[in-house]
Amino acid sequence: MSSDRTSLTRGLRQAERVAGAAERVVAAVAAPLRRTGFPWRAPTVPRGVEVPEEPSTLGADYDTEWARRPSAVLSRAFMIAVPMRLFTAAIARPEVLGLDRLADLAREDEPEPLIFAPSHHSHLDTMVMIQAIPRAWRHDLVVAAAADYFFDRRWKAAFSALALNAIPIDRESTGRRSADTFRDLVADGHSLLIYPEGGRSPDGWGQPFKGGAAYLAARTGARIVPVHIEGTGAIFGKGMRRPRPGRTRVIFGRPITPGVDESTRRLNQRIEQAVARLAEESISDAWTAATAAASGTLPSRTGPAINGWRRTWLLNERRRREVSGRRSRPQRAWPNLGDRES
Amino acid sequence: MPRPGFVLDVDRSTPPMLFWHGEKFSLERLPADRSRVIYPPEPIAGIRDVSAAIDHALEHPLDMDPLRALLRPGMVLTICFDDVSLSLPKMRRPDSRQRVIEAVLDLAAEAGVDDVHIIAALGLHRRMHDHELRHVLGDRIVDAFGPTGALYQHDAEDYENLTVVGTTDHGEVLEINRRVAESDLVVYANVNQVAMDGGWKSLVTGVASYRCLSHHHNPESLRNTRSLMDRHHSALHHSIWRLGAVLRDHGPKVFQIETTINTDAFPSPFDFLSRREWEWTARDRATYLATSKALSRMPRSMARKIFHSIEAPYAMTGIHAGFTESVHERTLADVYQQHLVEVEGQTDILTMGVPFISPYNPDSIMNPILVMCMGLGYMFNMYRGKPLVREGGVVIMTHPTYRDFNPVHHPSYIDFFDEVLADTTDPVVMSEKWERKYAEDEWYRHLYRTGNAYHGVHPFYAWYWGAHGQQWAGRVIIVGGDAATVRRLGFTPASTMNDALELASDVVGRSPTITHLHVPSVLVADVV
Repeated sequence: MSSDRTSLTRGLRQAERVAGAAERVVAAVAAPLRRTGFPWRAPTVPRGVEVPEEPSTLGADYDTEWARRPSAVLSRAFMIAVPMRLFTAAIARPEVLGLDRLADLAREDEPEPLIFAPSHHSHLDTMVMIQAIPRAWRHDLVVAAAADYFFDRRWKAAFSALALNAIPIDRESTGRRSADTFRDLVADGHSLLIYPEGGRSPDGWGQPFKGGAAYLAARTGARIVPVHIEGTGAIFGKGMRRPRPGRTRVIFGRPITPGVDESTRRLNQRIEQAVARLAEESISDAWTAATAAASGTLPSRTGPAINGWRRTWLLNERRRREVSGRRSRPQRAWPNLGDRES
Repeated sequence: MPRPGFVLDVDRSTPPMLFWHGEKFSLERLPADRSRVIYPPEPIAGIRDVSAAIDHALEHPLDMDPLRALLRPGMVLTICFDDVSLSLPKMRRPDSRQRVIEAVLDLAAEAGVDDVHIIAALGLHRRMHDHELRHVLGDRIVDAFGPTGALYQHDAEDYENLTVVGTTDHGEVLEINRRVAESDLVVYANVNQVAMDGGWKSLVTGVASYRCLSHHHNPESLRNTRSLMDRHHSALHHSIWRLGAVLRDHGPKVFQIETTINTDAFPSPFDFLSRREWEWTARDRATYLATSKALSRMPRSMARKIFHSIEAPYAMTGIHAGFTESVHERTLADVYQQHLVEVEGQTDILTMGVPFISPYNPDSIMNPILVMCMGLGYMFNMYRGKPLVREGGVVIMTHPTYRDFNPVHHPSYIDFFDEVLADTTDPVVMSEKWERKYAEDEWYRHLYRTGNAYHGVHPFYAWYWGAHGQQWAGRVIIVGGDAATVRRLGFTPASTMNDALELASDVVGRSPTITHLHVPSVLVADVV
């Protein structure tokens, strides 16, 4: 026991000596640089002089044009087809439903660009969506990503642009510049993946839709496909340190065409209701969801207007009805059809 | 712009013609200067925005109020749809019935209709398997209505759930599904692949009892049908229309939704089947050689599996909704626009290649009775005006005609072949002597009601379907068929097309005229 302690102390002392030697080497190398000054070092600013700010190249100003060049497109196609596909299959095992609602559009010689508007619970959502979106749109897809999160560091911005074909968007308000960029991209045949909630759900319930997707639809004239994603929140929701593999489900809805004189607010409501209907369809069935939508009794996506444990409690209740987000399917609950007459 | 159908006069430079031969194909050279080939029109363009077209049809029906106005809370709504016998081959998903029914359900949900039943109108056909229901209706409808028992298949032997609506002035009793008869509104979603389908036939046969069907599915009606593709000259359709009038006057309100599809039946690599032989590219020729060699070497069951797995890229060419008779007239116009080819005069010999599929063997075996039904029933009847072959002429079909049956789907066909056809091939005789026995057999009835078997009487109906062709033709020859099986059908076997033409000369002389019905795709010869 005592010999163990002695050897540990000896090891620590040796490490201390190595660290000290390294520090001395760095100091010796840096000393001439410190002495050299400008232009080897950054200039000091004279008093009373204001240095003009350099235009930002990060955040919403990050230029992603390079990520749509052929070499980048090829790299991305490989990343989507191999590592991302394997990762998504291993972690999320997505079940994709409702593709028949897009079948007509997918069979066109040149499928029209669409705006995919899914619910958002996890960073996994984008990878799951890229795998779920039909091939007709997958490789021309651009992803609207929060400028303040995905484009705040150069390496993050480069990775997001290359791997996801992400475009920075200000999540608080969709500015004219972003809108113009997306309009040009849509005119160029690109489809768009945008999360109308503006960010991941903080507690597992949905968030109210911001008007970004509706605004872009109105500006670009593209149709919007409502999408419900289920299960990713339980696998890798906001605040989780590492993913817990499970099942996910993606349900595509019928494309929504913006009305000629339809306001953005009204269109946004329609998209939100369509996603709510898909959420209900996922845990019950299409007819129940249709009747609930028609009678205005669809369960709220955003959860009860209460805070604290009861909100979480009710979320667990809802998740029990979902087939996704867990490792195995729940037991099938057969309806009670009454006693069979002999 | 799709090209219309046309009649090609065969000369020495004409390449050999493609013939179906069950789960295979063959190329046959027809005699020059006295043969002609009828080519079907190319597939016409489909509707671009199908969802919008469906919505428009429901909002602007013919001679009825919009569907939205017919729906109200508390009402009893029944939706019926055509079974798996349509389309052939099955159309790729989503099926047009799914799209139509989903649109109807959206409106029903908006109107607050709770009591909705969805019934597969399959008459005496076999019950559909779960995967077939899902293919036709889609997962959403099956998952929503299946578990609660609101989606089911019509049972023509469930007399507790059948009711008599009325009787025609010809004494025909209209006995149909009770739920349908007692509904406030019945919506029918059909697929009109050929002119024979649709109209009152959808409901009057789809949800009827055996007793009701026997009024028109009999040798007398079928022999007096000129043809099945021309309802105005079809005794079968006349009877059905009389029963339809009873339904109209004494039954529930019916909102008929009819859709038509084009003839784009085969996706790549089988798309060369629909091309004209002299337009085959090098790729088409290579595909033909590769597939025909491969098919001739593989087991029949595997070839069958491949063909039945084909999903046709059909496009919807029309949709009309509203009052049945008004809707059907429009539908027929759409169907004829796709299928009609004008043909001058009749011929001594009619040749046709019989394919691997008929309406009664989806995902199943084309047994010998179905070969007769397909050849003399469906393909022979692909005319308007007068038959392509003159009375007393010869019909030559190509098909392997193996003695092979699917015991799950066609149990009564096996006994029909062994027992009834051994006794007679005359529809009238078998109708009088044997039909009742098969129709009332408890075992067949059990298999029909609880399994996936066609009704016990169904092989008789399949045989009657060819009664007109059988009576009209002086001789029927099957090329490449199993000789004993072909003889049991009452036909003449031949090894090759040349042998068949030689055999035919006994009936039509040494220099007969020959007409070949080019299949695929589908056509109706307008014989003038």
